[in-house]
Amino acid sequence: MSQLRSKVITLYKHLQYLGRDYPGLNGPQKFRKQVHDAFMKNKDEQDPKKIVALLAQGRYLAKEVEALYSLKKYRTVKQRYND
Amino acid sequence: MARVLVGVKRVIDYAVKVRVKPEKNGVVTQGVKHSMNPFDEIAVEEAVKMKEKKLATEVIAVSVGPTQSQEVIRTALAMGADRGVHVEVSAAEYDLLQPIHVSKILAKLALDEKADLVILGKQAIDDDANQTAQMTAAVLDWPQGTFCNKVEKTDAGLTIAREIDGGLETIKTKLPAVLSADLRLNTPRYATLPNIMKAKKKPLKKVTPKDLGVDTTPRIEVISVEDPPVRQAGAAVADVDALVAKLKAGGHI
Repeated sequence: MSQLRSKVITLYKHLQYLGRDYPGLNGPQKFRKQVHDAFMKNKDEQDPKKIVALLAQGRYLAKEVEALYSLKKYRTVKQRYND
Repeated sequence: MARVLVGVKRVIDYAVKVRVKPEKNGVVTQGVKHSMNPFDEIAVEEAVKMKEKKLATEVIAVSVGPTQSQEVIRTALAMGADRGVHVEVSAAEYDLLQPIHVSKILAKLALDEKADLVILGKQAIDDDANQTAQMTAAVLDWPQGTFCNKVEKTDAGLTIAREIDGGLETIKTKLPAVLSADLRLNTPRYATLPNIMKAKKKPLKKVTPKDLGVDTTPRIEVISVEDPPVRQAGAAVADVDALVAKLKAGGHI
């Protein structure tokens, strides 16, 4: 259980860190609030299987956000230099 | 192949709207988000990939600039570079530092660190000079592969696909060589927080251009920095005759 707890905290920190670059007006604040709310919603979850599933969902989201940033950067730079 | 030297530059973040200072002697950099030049990220990624494929043993990230340049070296270390070299130049001197100076510094470092390959971004998104890789190759008298789209190790050297107008050109070079990364070479990885923390323990060496025997006295003077011209508003015309009359008045027909 304590292992899972540290994994959840690591994921939370990672998502909060990712949120710093979230695009849009107040993007970072909004994204970080959403992440916070999502974690708070499931804070009483006790079933290890469900926690593992939620962790997987969170990691998937983190990958998606990373992909979003990389695509946004690629598109901007491509538009400036290749078109 | 043993060592790869990667050049990284700290520039104003790509997503920031750049503003010209009211004194017209430069752009506003105070309190503006900076990050690593996107093309340099691609260069770092390529070097780290080479290390992962065991084609390279060590990746050295180099940045020339004021103290803050260490941030981008840390990012490069977080992405997987092994150690960093910071060539410290004062902020005042950095404003007038030109690609010729940087290429001389990089060339000297490449020899000092016994690098077999130098990978740089094709250009920085702040001054858009697109000169450093070419001039570094010239100073070292090494072959160059610019605008790399794909880099492959072959028996004696590298096979490189270069981006040219309307297609790709494949060339072979021997090693040592200087490469410059184009946009489609790879997709850079994200520097995660734990990796950034770990990167703080990686060695970072500080040198000055004087230690390297490179003269960085400015060769240019900035006369004025201007905003690009604002597009003039258009006007609607009632009919064809009015349009023709307007065009004639404007001297277009």
